[in-house]
Amino acid sequence: MSRRYVLGNEAIAHACLEAGVDFVSGYPGTPSSEIIETLIRFKPSFHVEWSVNEKVALENALGASWTGVRTLVTMKHVGLNVAADPLMTSAYTGVKGGCVIVSADDPFAHSSQNEQDSRCYAKFAKLPCLDPCSVQDAHDMLRDAFSLSEELGLPVLFRPTTRICHQKSDVELGEVATEHRKGSFQKNPQQFVVIPAHTRVLHRRLNEKQPLVKETLARRGYFSTDLKGKDAVIASGIAAAYAREILPPGTSFIRIGAYPIDERWLRDVITAHERVLVMEELDPMVEEAVRQVAGSTIVHGKLDGMVPSEGELSLPLTYRALTAAGFINATDVPLAPVPAQGVPVRPPIMCAGCMHRATFFAMKKVFKDGIYPSDIGCYTLGLQLGAVDTCICMGASITIGSGIYHAGETHPIVCTIGDSTFLHTGIPGLMNAVYNGASMVVVILDNRTTAMTGHQPHPATGSTALGGETPPVSLEAICRACGVQYVETVDPYDLPTLTAAFQRAAEYTGVRVVIARQPCVIIARRAGIQRQRYMVDPERCTACGLCVRFGCPAIETTDEITTITDLCSGCGVCAQICPQGAIMREART
Amino acid sequence: MSDVYNALIVGIGGQGVVLASNVLGEACLAEGRTVRCSETHGMAQRGGSVESHVRINGRYSPLIPPGQADLLISFELLEALRYRHYLKPEGTFVVNEYLVVPTSVYVQRLPVPQKDELLEQLRGDRFYLIDAQALAKEAGSPLTQNIVMVGAASTHLPLAITSLHEGIKRWVPAKTLEMNLKAFDLGRAATTR
Repeated sequence: MSRRYVLGNEAIAHACLEAGVDFVSGYPGTPSSEIIETLIRFKPSFHVEWSVNEKVALENALGASWTGVRTLVTMKHVGLNVAADPLMTSAYTGVKGGCVIVSADDPFAHSSQNEQDSRCYAKFAKLPCLDPCSVQDAHDMLRDAFSLSEELGLPVLFRPTTRICHQKSDVELGEVATEHRKGSFQKNPQQFVVIPAHTRVLHRRLNEKQPLVKETLARRGYFSTDLKGKDAVIASGIAAAYAREILPPGTSFIRIGAYPIDERWLRDVITAHERVLVMEELDPMVEEAVRQVAGSTIVHGKLDGMVPSEGELSLPLTYRALTAAGFINATDVPLAPVPAQGVPVRPPIMCAGCMHRATFFAMKKVFKDGIYPSDIGCYTLGLQLGAVDTCICMGASITIGSGIYHAGETHPIVCTIGDSTFLHTGIPGLMNAVYNGASMVVVILDNRTTAMTGHQPHPATGSTALGGETPPVSLEAICRACGVQYVETVDPYDLPTLTAAFQRAAEYTGVRVVIARQPCVIIARRAGIQRQRYMVDPERCTACGLCVRFGCPAIETTDEITTITDLCSGCGVCAQICPQGAIMREART
Repeated sequence: MSDVYNALIVGIGGQGVVLASNVLGEACLAEGRTVRCSETHGMAQRGGSVESHVRINGRYSPLIPPGQADLLISFELLEALRYRHYLKPEGTFVVNEYLVVPTSVYVQRLPVPQKDELLEQLRGDRFYLIDAQALAKEAGSPLTQNIVMVGAASTHLPLAITSLHEGIKRWVPAKTLEMNLKAFDLGRAATTR
């Protein structure tokens, strides 16, 4: 046992090591990525992989789990949509070795395209779900989740949120297990082959198991009560932490740490109060359960508007809900000062020297009146440059573009998709576009990594999660195999060549692929690649503003004087843009 | 929760805000205190505004509510203004005299914020302006600016110097330790003279 100051995701990873996890898979996604990254740092002797996508990751883990080993799968909430197909039926087949699926939710969509609630998936799939309220809680729950999964014979869905994953706290960690299991597959078609005759039986068994699930969760102590008076706050996840901090004296506290909730227990604790306030993030899962058993007890929460139904909760919002419910007086709420007005925003931005900026620049120049369906990655920030017209989910650039084309749109359609995203779910869309006769340009922004989530490798990088060498997948060969006749690869730092490639592509019809390839600047810097910086010659500069509008954070301009700061990574694209030839390499000193 | 000391550290992605908060968190651990901290990760880090909440003796919420920070450390002037409303009226404000104009200001041709005007808006009681860049260079590397700022704030933190030194040891690369300890001392001296 040792006390450490660690990130929520590191505590989760450590808990897996303590439980003796034998197999780990996942696809990167904020806020879940650091779990597998932490496991990699421990140089594990067991299998750890970044999978191509979440469906692949979960199916890998299921296969491993059916051999009796303990498995962990990690993803962000929207990744669970991709993995939903195996998830739904995994409840029928069940598991042998403990299988824990971490689906990290992101209330307020800090780094996400939506605010969906993974707990709904657990209910949908009839699987147990754990909902931690602190880093220590996340650690302890996850350590025990493998044995819970084995006891019930079901995968366990573990649902932390951003404020758990990216919280640091003092945590009591246990010893790392040294024993690992070796998998052995025992054939059992009645369990593992879900033909109709088998699945009907499996479904009945799953339903019959539900009371046992509730009982087991209760026995394991995931529901706790601190009974005090006639008013109660009932809370789950990080909302429980906010509520505990400012709970008025004399108010009962009821904590929900898992689902499904045992209704008999819930009815007893709720009806022992006159009023309850339900505090939870995202969907009113607990609240709906509470309302079903409340009888004459008054229930406050999202459904009567006292708790917001979107975004994340906080201490101020908890104060507001307590006041609205009449649990405290408005005078008990600390005053909050007003933020300063007119401070220019500082949104995330593509790095100085990012290959995406150069690619977008040339793309917009050649396809001036184009429609730009895009995808999920750093390049979604191209929105700021007017280079992103659509973005909905992973792999949905080529597919949305196809739909727009077949609907009769006559403007050129130019899709952008990153290398990792293309491999994740982009390929079926490309194949479909060719097969069904779409006409569009697909730009693969190949920066040789999964950049936005922290530079994880993927099958085209030639490196595995644990750093092993592996034959790199050829994006060009995949495109050709999908039936694409026009495939060209260019260096986006070479603006004239890039522009010419787009111009050539524009002259053809059908699906054309341009692969813009240049390693992510962050990766390049870490690999020790140094390029000479650029500078502006004030004699030649006419302050036309073209380089400034390029949007590179290394280019500043004050009082008509443009300078290049030390953020410059030496990509040299601005020098190719400048019509006066006023930007040049710094002389070596 | 009256014994909770709230320290908010803000800056720009890449300035070492998270590492600075790690030093504080580790110091809490060295003193057997509880601590809750919330950090910015992922997409928001790409040169964007970054915040790290450190709640010394904290047990529950990892986030500091507006108006409740005992200490606000800002690595940059615009970020200082952006997060100033988190500070308690009697709170301490330690600010790096360093301005980074967001690229969007240039691209959209908005008025460029000026250092003097910002300082005028920021100054008040318990306001400490630190030239972290100069002190970091003096310590041996501009990369030690974040530790200069921790040093400057250390006179107000309820944490012992030895504990903060522990934190620095744990979080900076071993070969830069000496440089960072010097940066800490230079920062500390800047608020004690």
